[in-house]
Parts: sequence; C-alpha cells; structure tokens
Amino acid sequence: MEHLRDSPPYADEYLERQRMRSVRPADWRNPEPARRYGLVVIGAGTAGLTAARTAAALGARVALIERDLLGGTTLNIGPVPSKAIIRTSRAYAEMRDAARYGGCVPEDIRVDFPRVMRRMRAIRSRLSRADSAQSLAAAGVDVFFGEASFTGSDTLKVNGVTLRFRKALIATGARPIVPEIPGLAEAGYLTNENAFDLTEAPRRLLVIGGGPLGCEMAQAFCRLGVQTSIVQSWPLFLPREERDAAQLLSDAFARDGLGVRLNTRVLSLRVEEGQKIAELITDDYRSAVTADAILLGTGRKSNVESLHLGAAGVAHDREHGVLVDDFLRTSNHRIYAAGDVCLSYKFNDTAEATARMAVRNALLHGRRRLSGLTIPWCTYTDPEIAHVGMYVREARARGISMKTFTVPMHTVHRAIADDEETGFVKINVMNHTDRILGATIVAHHAGEMISEITLAMMAGIGLRRLARVLHPYPTQAAAIKMAADAYNRTLVLRRRRWTSAWLRWLDRGA
Amino acid sequence: MATQRTASGSISTGTAPAGPASQCSSDEDLLDAIEHAAVDYFLETVNPANGLVPDTSRAGSPCSIAVVGFALSVYPIAVERGWASREQVLAYSLAALRFFRDSDQSGGPEATGYKGFYYHFIDMQAGRRVWRCELSMIDTALLLAGILTARMYFDRDNAEENELRAIAEQLYLRVDWRWSGHGTIRQGWKPESGFLHYEWEGYSESIILYVLAMGSPACPLLADAYDAWTATYQWENLYGIDFLYAGPLFIHQFSHAWIDFRGIRDALMRDNRSDYFENSRRAVLVQREYARRNPLEFAGYDENCWGLTACDGPEASTATGADVGARLFGYAARGVPYGPDDGTLAGWAPLASLPFAPSITLQAVRTMHQRYPEMRPEGRYASSFNPGLANTDGASWVSPGHYGLDQGIVAMMIENYRSGLVWRLMRGCAWITNGLRRAGFRGGWLG
Repeated sequence: MEHLRDSPPYADEYLERQRMRSVRPADWRNPEPARRYGLVVIGAGTAGLTAARTAAALGARVALIERDLLGGTTLNIGPVPSKAIIRTSRAYAEMRDAARYGGCVPEDIRVDFPRVMRRMRAIRSRLSRADSAQSLAAAGVDVFFGEASFTGSDTLKVNGVTLRFRKALIATGARPIVPEIPGLAEAGYLTNENAFDLTEAPRRLLVIGGGPLGCEMAQAFCRLGVQTSIVQSWPLFLPREERDAAQLLSDAFARDGLGVRLNTRVLSLRVEEGQKIAELITDDYRSAVTADAILLGTGRKSNVESLHLGAAGVAHDREHGVLVDDFLRTSNHRIYAAGDVCLSYKFNDTAEATARMAVRNALLHGRRRLSGLTIPWCTYTDPEIAHVGMYVREARARGISMKTFTVPMHTVHRAIADDEETGFVKINVMNHTDRILGATIVAHHAGEMISEITLAMMAGIGLRRLARVLHPYPTQAAAIKMAADAYNRTLVLRRRRWTSAWLRWLDRGA
Repeated sequence: MATQRTASGSISTGTAPAGPASQCSSDEDLLDAIEHAAVDYFLETVNPANGLVPDTSRAGSPCSIAVVGFALSVYPIAVERGWASREQVLAYSLAALRFFRDSDQSGGPEATGYKGFYYHFIDMQAGRRVWRCELSMIDTALLLAGILTARMYFDRDNAEENELRAIAEQLYLRVDWRWSGHGTIRQGWKPESGFLHYEWEGYSESIILYVLAMGSPACPLLADAYDAWTATYQWENLYGIDFLYAGPLFIHQFSHAWIDFRGIRDALMRDNRSDYFENSRRAVLVQREYARRNPLEFAGYDENCWGLTACDGPEASTATGADVGARLFGYAARGVPYGPDDGTLAGWAPLASLPFAPSITLQAVRTMHQRYPEMRPEGRYASSFNPGLANTDGASWVSPGHYGLDQGIVAMMIENYRSGLVWRLMRGCAWITNGLRRAGFRGGWLG
C-alpha cells in the first residue's frame, strides 16, 4: 500500500470505480439465457461464486444471478474490509503500547481515519479483481444482474427473463438483524453493510451486540481513537465460546479503554441536539450512553424474502432461513442451498465448503454430508478467539467424557518474547484416549494456529502423534505441541510403574 | 478496630492474641491463634437481638446472610474450644433462627426473603433488604448449611435446643427449590426484574447448594439438575496437573467447609479416579505453580506467597505514582491462570485450603506472615493485601477491616483440619447425605 502514502483526493473515487468495474460493471448486459441450465446459482457472494466456478469447471451450463455486487458480504461488507481496518487498529495499539515491547511511545499519535478507510478500500478493490464479472464470463458462467424470483419448481425469473434449470442453488446469504428498539430507525445506525463507507470517524460510538462482529468492530474503532461503548445483553461476550475465552476478551476490552456494558439491554434511543442517547437497563438498574453513531452487531438473518420460495416449494423459517437436509438439499429436490442463507455457522470458509459440497451433491449425485464438515472459526479481536469441533457442553450432552489439555500462553516462550501472553490453547480429547474432539485457542494469531488442530481432526491424528510433530522454536504454535506433550506425560505417569519394574529387572545383575 | 459492634451485652471471650502468629513455636499454636481470632469476629460483631452478623467490620456494613451461615457453623467451634459458652452461642443461634422464621417472606423490595430464600444483604437491625440486592440462592444455601450445623450441634433435650432444631427444620423445609430453577438453579432473583440473567458455567462453589436442594424431602430439585449443572464442568490438565478446573480458590473451599468429600465420588470423579477433596489439593498446586511463574510479574508472588480468590482489593483511586493506570479490580473473584489478577492476594486463602495440603499451605502461611505482617491487622486476616502497592514505609496496601466470609472459612477449615468437627456434624445430617446420594455420590463414608 506504498502508493497510498500521498494519495491524491480523487483516490477514493478511482478505487471505487475500479472496484465497481469488477463487481458491477455499469455497461453490463445480461446474456441471452440458455434453453436450460444445468445449475442456476442465486447470489454471488462467497458460496455463489464458489458454486458457479466449481460447476463451470465440471462442465455444467451455469447461470449466476446477483442483485447487487459480486463478492457479497465477504468482499464488500464483511470479513475482508473489517480485517483491513483491524490491522490498522492493531498498529495503533502497538504504537501506544510500544513501551511494553521495549520501544518508545511516539509523541504524537494521530489517527488519520480517512487514510485508514482508503487503505481498506484499496485492498477491497484489489481483491475484487479476482472475481470480476468479466473473469466469470470467461470461465463460462452466464452472469445476470437483477432480482431473482422462483416461478415454479424448475424455473425462475430475473429482470422479467425466465431461466429454466435442472438444478438450482440458493446462495443469497444473510443481512444484519435490526433489533426492535424504539427510536432506532429515527436515530439511524450503521451495520456491517455501511460502516465501511464511513469517511469520518464518529467521536463516540455505541456498538449494540457482543457477538463476533460487534466485538471486532468495537475494539477496532476504540483503538482508532473513537470513544466506544459496547452493550451486550448476555453476561459475557461471544456466548457461544467458552467462559475463559470470553473473560479474557472482556479484560482485553477493559485494557483498551472500551466501555463494556454486559448483561445490559438498550431500552430505547432518542436524538437530542444531534446526539444519540441510548437508555440502558442492567437487571433493574437504568443508565444512559450518549453517542454520535450506533453500530449494530446483533447477528444476521437469511435473505429469502424476494425469492418467492413458495412458488418452488422450498421450505424456510425465520430462525434457520432455507431449511436443508444433511446433503444441503431443500424440500424441493432440484434446489439446494449453501452458505449463510441456510447455515447457523455463517462463515466464509463454511460458505465455500458447503457450496462445493452442494454442487457435487446436485450435479454428480454426491452424498457428502454437512455433518461431516469440521468447521473452524475465529473472532478477530485482540486476542483472537478461534475454535474447532466440540465444546465441553456439547460433549456432555452426547454422553462423551472429555478432558482438556490446557497451555496458557504465558508458558510459551515465543509468546513471552512477543509480550503476547494473554490467552491459551485448550485441546479437548475424549477422556482416556488421545482422540481430539475440539479445541479453543485464544492468542494474538489464534486464527492461524487453529488450522493445525483442524488438520489433525480431519486426518484422524491424535494428540499422541501430534507430540511427535516438530515445531520450529520458538513459535507460538508450539503451544499445540506443549499440549500434546502434556498428554504424553500423563501416559508416562501411568506407565511408570511398569517401566520402573522393567528397569529394575534390567539392573538386577548390576 | 473499626468494628460495627451492635451487641449491647457483654462479649465474654477474650480478644485474639496480639503479635504475629508466625512467632508461635508450633503449628498447633499458630493455628489456634488464627482460628481464635477468626471465631472472635463473629462473637464481637453479632447483633445479639437478632443473631445477624455484618458482612464486614467496617462501619455501617449490612448483614450478609452467608456470613450468618458461617457464624452459625463457627459457634460450635467456639464452644468446643472454650472460647464461648454453649448458652451464649445458643442464644445467638436461636435469635438468628427466630429472626429468619419471622422475617418478611413476601418478596417485596424491602422484605427479607421469598419462597424460603433470602436477600443477599439485609440491614443489621430490622433485617430488611439493602442495596437493591438479589435474592441469592448460593448465599441462602450457605446460611442453611449453617442452620443445619446448628441443628446437628445443639442436640440436647431442653426447651431452647428443641426449639432451635424445630425452627431449623422449618427454615430448610420451606425453601421452594423447584421455583429456583429450570434445569439448573438460577443465581438470583429481584422483585424488580425477576431471575438474574447470569448462568452458572463450569465448576463452582455450588455443590453445597445442589446437595441441599436435592436432599430436601419437601420440594427437592429434580435429580437431573445436578447433571445439567455439571454439564459445563471442565476436566483439565493445567501446568501438568489434572483437575476439575476453577480459577478462584474459594470455589475449591466453600462446600468443603461443611461436607467431607474425602473418598466420596460423583460420576465425574469416578470417571476421573479422583474426588473433590483431592481436587482441591490439586487446585492448591495449580495456584502455587501460577504464583511461581508469576506471568504478570507482581511483587511478592512465589511458590510460598499466593492466594488468588474472591476478596476485596484496591480500586483505581488507590494507585499512586507509577501505579496510576494499573488495572485494579476492587472486590473481585481473582483466579488463576486467567485472572483477574492485579497483584492482590488473600492472606487467609492458603489456610482455607489447609486440610487439602497441610504442609504446602502452612509453609505459605508462615512465609506470608513473616514477609507481610501488615496483612493481619490486630491479629486477624484482612480480606487482602497488595505488596505492589506499598506505602512510603514499604508496607503493602491492606484491605481495611475484616470480612466475615474470610473469617468463617478460615475458622471452619482449621477446625476441620484439627478435629473434623463440622464434617462430623454434617455427616450425621440425613438431608445432606440424601442430597449427596441423589447427586450420584457413592463410596467412602457414604457407603
């Protein structure tokens, strides 16, 4: 991003034009539809793009329909832009904490918010080139821009044009849930769909919702100098994650100076003299927070409303979106779904994996099961919180006895050298065996580290064998080997009785 | 000492021996001095009119119902050790039980309780709810454990002791345990907002709560509640030590003040070939290892100076000079290895683990007494001290006054170590043994 150093004022417009040329070309003309498509994919987010490319590579006649921008949530409004901003926010946090690392804290730390956003847009524009409309067309995909709606069990319309299909895949993704808070609409709010269009930083920000998105954005904006509060209705952040992980995150937020309001709900919002005032309640205690902007991180819901799913006989509900079986098939056996529109795990990697699975199941009579996926995820706060596999609660619910091998990061040499000691590696195994059932990692780069566990789980590698995997020294990932070593030590203790008897026998003549 | 002494009558026991207990020649003398000082907290601060005992010795402190539970459990110790007469503590106990029997159970904002449970904090005179606090299930359980201890100890056939036992039964049997939870027991309830939102997760001090709730012949909690509660237990290997994880030490201590967990096992402990007593010993080892490693590099921590638990602590306004900006947590459940940890230690916490690991804890006690005598103002443990926040004379920051919970757990665990008195009394309580059996405990003294 060297070229951004002295970007001229028109850089934003230039970048935006570049991006739009890829993701929604102004001069695009929808192609003449084929007589019948082998696969019609609705939605060109991660799942849709993956499905379209996979099906085209298999030789199918493919149509891809997008009502807005190619790339969907991931590229335009979700993970990629937020990670770009998080990276800048980490840089500022490191500047402020320079003394911790043996450095000097710069005297004048100023945040140039437009520059932060410009960098994000440059990255977004660069990545959008990979999945441009032109490149998709070149790969043999008929790209249609417009609103799709089913008209029958094997037909749909886009911009008044009927497409016939042998199979279809719904990949319309999800959008932010807007909670029913009196005054919210009048006060106005940001979501992950428009927060990345900000050009000026709000002075004070109120984040509603302590799930992954809310937590990531609250910490990032706080570190970029925005006076930020986060309100979470649960007693801990990230309620799905284990308690210690959420606790460490709360502590990290407090260190950053983030205003943390747990177990608190927003009762109402009002605007006074241009300021947004949120009335809060914690148990029976009422309080108020004043902000200049409000960001929603209250989860996402499936985009199904305009599809006329009833016409195609596709069942859906408010909670789960499009209902699918373990093969990602909807109640209409011609139609499949993949990604956020049908999954509770609304992640980019899951969208990709389910898209490939759905295409194979739809076109090649595959029998790949959703339940067979090992799904890792990560919340990109600092520290990051990554998880794969089973939690203790899930194991107990299935009657599985579980044991956890825990390595606090403050015992890992590289983490000490990096002054990144907040966190842990916890690897869950089936008790009395070395079979890995899941893991939670809280660390500066937990998202990078979790893959080793995912690989081990996929490959059926137990903790015992993992202990034999050499890790370069010193690395933070060595914590995984340390957990495996701890497992091996429990074996040694059990075998000690036998080995000492054996050694005594060997020494009997000495 | 800034006690909130409301007793109008005389306090017959002597004050605790002055001077650092570490100067005592033997462990027995050392423990006797500490235990005596702890027991005296209750005898000195009790309101004899209603048996209520203040949460802390600070002026204006309200009563904590849990502290009353500890008081009722400590009184038999006072009698057996000759630090108070049976008549005197019987009067305090009876006063407390009569008070709770007659208290306002309407559940109103200024009542004392509801459905047999009580508000966490009540005022020392009238016993009405203060601080808009919650109706607390765990603190009610600690109170009831004390009530049942009194019921088991005062076993003579005379008018007062007969009345005490009758009221104790009445108070225990009127608790509507089934109201307190669906699946698992809720943490609390407020008249203004209903049940608290918090959920129990992981191992906690609540075994005593579940045992009491499941042992009740009146309206017991269903047996599957214990399974539901233990569903989030995490059996961990940490620092190479296998144990049922919980960060703060008090979790590994409170239920043990009343129940002798040696050799009795529930399903989880059977599966892991351990018991809760052994588990608490391992928790000591984990604490010690954390302090030895001292990842946050706090002053004083080492293998003989530890004690992270629920305790008072310095607030941000306490910090001066270079400490300004340090994160300080005030009263908090400090724990290892994930904190919160602000360099504050509870000097009494090792002693509250005395029965589990006597030599390790006594070594820590002697070391800490020698290094930080200021943590025992007037011969009794303060709630906590922080060696990193020293004054100009080099003395650690010390929590003002004394806390009843700390004195109670110290007195009971020392006594259990010395004579097993409270454990023996409670082994004879059929409701406790029934509760244990319904939770799946077998073996050892339970048979």
